[in-house]
Amino acid sequence: MSFVALKMLFGDRAKYLMLLAGLTFSTMLIVQQGSIFWGLMTWSMSGISNVNAPVWVTDPNINQVEEIKPLADTAVTRVRSVPGVEWAVPLYKGVQRARLRDGNFEQIALVGIDPSTLIGRPYTVLDGRIEELRAPETVAVDELTVERLGGPNKIHVGSTFEINDHRVRIVAIVQAQKSFQNIPFVYTTYERALRITPQERRKLSYVLVGPQPGISAEALAGRIQKETGLGAYSGDQFGWKTMQWVLKNTGIGVNFGTTVFLGFIVGMAIAGQTFYLFTVENLQQFGALKAIGASTGMLARMILLQSFTVGLIGYGIGIGLATLFGLTAGRGGVLPFKETWPLLLGVFVALMMICSLSSVISIRKLAKLEPAVVFRG
Amino acid sequence: MVNGVKATVQEFEHDLSRWLVRAKGITKSFGEGHTKIPVLKGVDLDVARGEVLLLVGPSGSGKTTLLSVIAGILEADEGELMILGENIKAFSQSAKTLFRRDHLGFVFQQYHLLPTLTASENAAVPLLIRGMPKRDAMAHAEEVLRSVGMGERLASLPNRLSGGEQQRVAIARALAGDPQLLLCDEPTASLDAETGHRVVEQLRAIGKRPDRAVIIVTHDSRIFEFGDRIVHMDDGLVHQIQDGSEQVSG
Ligand SMILES: Nc1ncnc2c1ncn2[C@@H]1O[C@H](COP(=O)(O)OP(=O)(O)O)[C@@H](O)[C@H]1O
Ligand SMILES: [Mg+2]
Repeated sequence: MSFVALKMLFGDRAKYLMLLAGLTFSTMLIVQQGSIFWGLMTWSMSGISNVNAPVWVTDPNINQVEEIKPLADTAVTRVRSVPGVEWAVPLYKGVQRARLRDGNFEQIALVGIDPSTLIGRPYTVLDGRIEELRAPETVAVDELTVERLGGPNKIHVGSTFEINDHRVRIVAIVQAQKSFQNIPFVYTTYERALRITPQERRKLSYVLVGPQPGISAEALAGRIQKETGLGAYSGDQFGWKTMQWVLKNTGIGVNFGTTVFLGFIVGMAIAGQTFYLFTVENLQQFGALKAIGASTGMLARMILLQSFTVGLIGYGIGIGLATLFGLTAGRGGVLPFKETWPLLLGVFVALMMICSLSSVISIRKLAKLEPAVVFRG
Repeated sequence: MVNGVKATVQEFEHDLSRWLVRAKGITKSFGEGHTKIPVLKGVDLDVARGEVLLLVGPSGSGKTTLLSVIAGILEADEGELMILGENIKAFSQSAKTLFRRDHLGFVFQQYHLLPTLTASENAAVPLLIRGMPKRDAMAHAEEVLRSVGMGERLASLPNRLSGGEQQRVAIARALAGDPQLLLCDEPTASLDAETGHRVVEQLRAIGKRPDRAVIIVTHDSRIFEFGDRIVHMDDGLVHQIQDGSEQVSG
């Protein structure tokens, strides 16, 4: 009878398209909202994800990655003496002013990394060689810097510009995850960063740490925290801490959380409702089958087949449309959009649950259905 | 004493072998309290094996309701009902469904074809429900459709068929399962005289085989001559039973 079930589903074009539209729309809505939400979260954590470090050591009282409270210079050596530390290097991060040829200023985030190991460097180098940062007065810039400081004709490997009246030469163009503040990233060495930036008592933003083999980042972070009294987090912990802070303090949590939640509820309600209506509208047909001798179990299997079939198709198209939206609207990183597999899996599970639930409701209705409807006019 | 009991048992067994349907004192009402409408008021009806029985009467006299009760689709309020020797009143809902699947065939007044299935697929439904492979079911359904003159419209959807053609698909569907008891509600209402005759002859051919029976609810006096007996219903009661031979032409 499965082919009868499928023909009932596909044969009535209008009803089928309504049903499919409902399921597609809800999948799309949830995936799209969820992806934007997660995109915003990755923006908020870009300060961490751009730096590939297992453990971060910070001032004990910071809430999130962008809140920089500089440490004493001695922190690096103190951390190095904690057992289990394989390496520990300093990282400078601060907002500075870059001056363009035409005299305009542009804010940039200056990142100073350890010159010998280059730990804290971005993952992807698009042009040039990041190792040349070891040469005097050099920087690596991200694509946003190129855009902000005058485009690829003016800003390329080999061209120069000024940061706080220090002339620097570009040796590499790199890729960096956009930040909330949407500030371009400029990378240089730690010592050069200290020289370029104004005099301050403390300039060490973070100490980045790698554990010895066999020690987890979390365990080492705990140990550093205990022995030095500084803040220490694994990259993941720091990311979650930052995300929680953003959720609590920026309104993104409440506003977006509500949108995602409502999208979810509305989407799932639409999906469930349309499928339930589909069965109700076909009640006469199911009644006829029951009168002819189809058992409730057989009708239940037919309904489940119909619901999972249309659910899967709607899921596929919905994801396709959401992805298309992400690729178009999110192009160039203007809109945060991160489609992740846990989201897709979550939506899949939820959709299948909704399909099952509306099937069960429909099946209960069918079980009670008096086949006598077929004998009446 | 002993002889008396024996006689009763024998008579009963004789009855079972002779009657395919035995209904006694069937009552059925719809609604509750003030609005309760008695529709069947104590119907007695027997249908013999190999019999074609016509059920006639004015609209609203309870013919369809009686047919639904015999089919096990509606539950009678009171009375006894034996079908093919089974006391189906005692069956569970699912047992009734299986009984219908295995032994009964239906032609509904409103056809109730599945609108998204072709004529052959519709006719194949009873076989598919029994679990016959699709290919065999379709082949058999097509054969039956040809026999009711629908060989040209096998692949048509119901909404492409005239009322008479839909009715013939509904009849083919009822015949496809080769049921022991065929229940037809106004099966010729949408057919012209000639097709009506042909279809009823076909229904009759089914009913006349031993161990089979057909009950046809009809208004259509043109087909009265095909009945072995004609049962007249009025206001929820059997009013008169005629032998087919006695009927007045009209
Ligand atoms: N489910 C129902 N609920 C209430 N009244 C019904 C129902 N089914 C039938 N009836 C009533 O029972 C009476 C007999 O109906 P029916 O058996 O269809 O008559 P017939 O088939 O002889 O025209 C009618 O008055 C009809 O309105
Ligand atoms: Mg009727």
